[in-house]
Amino acid sequence: MGNLLALVQNETLKVWKKKRFAVIVLILLILIPVFVYAQMKIAQTNEEQFKGDWRANLQDRISDNTRALSSDRIPEEWKQWRRALVQQLQYYLDHDVNPQTPNAVTFTKQFIDNAVNLFIPLMVLAIASDLVSSERSTGTIKMLLTRPVRRWRILLSKLLTLSLYVSLIIVTTIALCYLISGVIFGYSGWDAPVFVGFQVNGAEVDTANVHAVTQGVYLLMQAGLVWFAAMVVAIIGLMVSVLVRSTAASFVTMMATIIAGTILSAMASSWTNAKYIFNVNLELSSYLRGTPPPIEGMTLGFSLAVLGIWGIGALFVSFFVFTRQDILN
Amino acid sequence: MATLAQAERDIVLSVQGLKKNIGGKPIIRNVSFDVFAGEIFGFLGPNGSGKTTTIRMLVDLVKPTAGRILVCGDDIGAHPERALSHVGCIVENPEMYSFMTGWENLEHFARMQRGITRERIAEVVEIVGLDQRIHDKVKTYSLGMRQRLGIAQALLCKPKLLILDEPTNGLDPKGIKELREFIRMLAGTGMSLFISSHLLSEIQLMCDRVAIIAHGEVIAVGEVDALVSQAGSYTVWQVDNPEETRRLFEAQPAVRIVAEEEHRIDETIQSGWQDAIVTVMDEASVSAWVNKLVGAGIGVRSVQRVAPSLEELFLKVTEGETIG
Repeated sequence: MGNLLALVQNETLKVWKKKRFAVIVLILLILIPVFVYAQMKIAQTNEEQFKGDWRANLQDRISDNTRALSSDRIPEEWKQWRRALVQQLQYYLDHDVNPQTPNAVTFTKQFIDNAVNLFIPLMVLAIASDLVSSERSTGTIKMLLTRPVRRWRILLSKLLTLSLYVSLIIVTTIALCYLISGVIFGYSGWDAPVFVGFQVNGAEVDTANVHAVTQGVYLLMQAGLVWFAAMVVAIIGLMVSVLVRSTAASFVTMMATIIAGTILSAMASSWTNAKYIFNVNLELSSYLRGTPPPIEGMTLGFSLAVLGIWGIGALFVSFFVFTRQDILN
Repeated sequence: MATLAQAERDIVLSVQGLKKNIGGKPIIRNVSFDVFAGEIFGFLGPNGSGKTTTIRMLVDLVKPTAGRILVCGDDIGAHPERALSHVGCIVENPEMYSFMTGWENLEHFARMQRGITRERIAEVVEIVGLDQRIHDKVKTYSLGMRQRLGIAQALLCKPKLLILDEPTNGLDPKGIKELREFIRMLAGTGMSLFISSHLLSEIQLMCDRVAIIAHGEVIAVGEVDALVSQAGSYTVWQVDNPEETRRLFEAQPAVRIVAEEEHRIDETIQSGWQDAIVTVMDEASVSAWVNKLVGAGIGVRSVQRVAPSLEELFLKVTEGETIG
């Protein structure tokens, strides 16, 4: 009894009426203009320095990084990263492509790249952490679970609703980024070329598979990867929300885990087993750009697999606990 | 031949040998009872006796360690969705989504079952008398209104059994009276009601039959009146001249004066008693006694019958058990 579509409608309405999504949109509306302004300042400085000559700018960055490579004070991991960067910049210079044409699509691309490991999880968790624990802390779970609907259907409807909102968050973020930054940078840039397929092997960047795609295609690929990472964060958030009674506790637990992930990926290059933890694998779009991964041996396929396994595990735990637990409070 | 009697005594809820351990400790040791169609069944026990845990097991919020629960013949463990479709319930407080209106809440729960129309929602809103405020946010509701909304939600599916857990908690006297009338009205439609309480007086006023639970065990099931009369009652006198009255009472062996530390009358009832004389006497002799006291020049301010407290009823019931 109780058809699934109606249950999803219920859950979607509840999230909507709680104004969770409205808050997320509001945050985006405040933050994006701030970043657009910052980006505009950078563009202005570049303009003054290089008189609009992006090749000179690129050449400058290459020589900056090459100089840093010869310094003894920079640790080896950092050098590796810089070496890869220099090779990529050189590739762009050789092929006469400006990697940072200031337009709305470039801005969106960069914003999403930077948002994937903290900002997007934050928005996703604002919804996921609340989904089950709020029903428990307010006691409405007693009404919800005493209706003639199997518990697994209730949780499934919550999961589907969560997927819906995760997708909506990513689409909204991209749309708002494009629309707001376009006011300053112009709405063009969909067909500007971007190189993908850089493969980082130790200190060398393998350019054999490098090919150009348009920025539009790049953004689509990026959105897909970000969606996947966000879904895994959302599902793990849902699990914590099933396990923990209070929304605040479940949100803090998840955010702490996510932040720990960014810290770990900045320092864990020698602790190689850390690569099996989900939170260092969230930056999937960096594989597209060809940035060296935080820990050696990580590839796009590897990260997708690790995230996938964590997601499936979290789903299993959520359903197992939710369908069995005694509601005592 | 017995079909009529059987039809009248259809079992709506059957609880058989229920047990529950929580954290290795037995919380519910042995709970069995039947609730028949169309009756108001009381579930009486002090706080912490296992009332709420039992109710949570009745509606599948808590899984029993042992025992069976059948609602209209459907096992709640095996077919929760079938068994729960006959049940409306409020467990503890009537908690609804406070960020939605009453109407939106009802729509939400209506969507969880098939065949509940807009008309049915409007109908239950009218039954509980919330028509005026139904489109306001639930967070603006008083406790009494939340209670009504909870009942409206429970009635949506036209349940055969309505479970209310301490429904009078937090209501004012007027609200309690209205609720009592409402419950009687519902029982009149053929619905069975299962009502828990820790107050004997409440159960006495509302229920036909009662199960008494203490320390996780049902210690008695039966007609409310029969159980209460088993415990006896007190006659309390307030007179102008207590000393003289006491003397007169003491002279008669048919009257027993109960000392203050001997009886266990609820303290809330005792407030306002000054120099009251608590006695046990035959109800029929009360008017003769009033005449006698007035004849002796003692003004009688009040005479009242007071039911024993739940605690006392427990003692009587358990004593009876050990003797029998």
